[in-house]
Amino acid sequence: MDRNVHDMGGDPAGPIDQGEHARTVFDQRVDAMLRLLAHPQKGYFTVDAMRRSIESLDPQAYHGLAYYERWVRAVRQLAIERGLVSQAALEQRMAAIAARRGARP
Amino acid sequence: MAVHDHGDHVHPDHEGHAVHDAHAPVDDLDHYQPESLLMEQALRELLIEQGVFSAEDIQRQIDLTESRTPALGARIIARAWVDPAFRAALLEDAKPALGGAFELDLANTPELTVLENTEGLHHVVCCTLCSCYPRNILGIPPAWYKSREYRSRVVIEPRSVLKEFGTELPSQREIRVVDSTADMRYLVIPLRPAGTEGWDEERLSALVTRDSMIGVSQALAP
Repeated sequence: MDRNVHDMGGDPAGPIDQGEHARTVFDQRVDAMLRLLAHPQKGYFTVDAMRRSIESLDPQAYHGLAYYERWVRAVRQLAIERGLVSQAALEQRMAAIAARRGARP
Repeated sequence: MAVHDHGDHVHPDHEGHAVHDAHAPVDDLDHYQPESLLMEQALRELLIEQGVFSAEDIQRQIDLTESRTPALGARIIARAWVDPAFRAALLEDAKPALGGAFELDLANTPELTVLENTEGLHHVVCCTLCSCYPRNILGIPPAWYKSREYRSRVVIEPRSVLKEFGTELPSQREIRVVDSTADMRYLVIPLRPAGTEGWDEERLSALVTRDSMIGVSQALAP
């Protein structure tokens, strides 16, 4: 049986990079958004739904992206699925932010 | 000689070409795709505007997450070393035991199982499928815990993985690797180091490292 991309237990792999990575504000915010949305008392989605969303990323994205880059895509997917935001509104806002950033001196 | 330049995270290979350094830290926003950063900001702005959460909620959540560090875990382990009743309660049912002794509100957190290392049995915690970790006790997991290499290898060759962390256990000691899930997290009570008889909790807690509570290391020698 083919295994999904996240199911890597027992696969051959190289030495472990034990370097410590400081968290960025981006990491912290993505993490906080998930915690808030998945909090049982809010109930927008569960940690299991989040995992399903991460695990359904295509293998290239799964392996090519940093940890919290995977997370932000998974949160985006679930926020759209649950009707919290529309894909169109999200794309518009991303374009507007990019334009704002580009306009900065 | 490999030249590690952590300013731009490249080093020359044997032919002198600049190559991507797999060991470079990822804590630099330049390493993220611009799309990821835009996505985070757009999501956050829209969800705040929709009233799903507030900017204050985000900051409070970040502060809460950052307040949970391995120092908390170390205090718990030190208590378990000196207080047999607490240790028994912790091993029996961890969340109520911690709620009582450390006033931790773990009501909305996944189940937690505490595993005790002995002379005959050593535990190592991992999450092969993702990155599940006792975050409410130890904080955010280290990057290596989430890495492909650790997740792939620790379940089939724990002894050699432990060796990479500088941990060599007697060959007769059984190693048990436990795989975490979204609903079940694990915390290891390392063996109390010899030569610490009579030490108080505070002194003992300084010997308890994050890695010893994951099981890739032992507690520090006094």
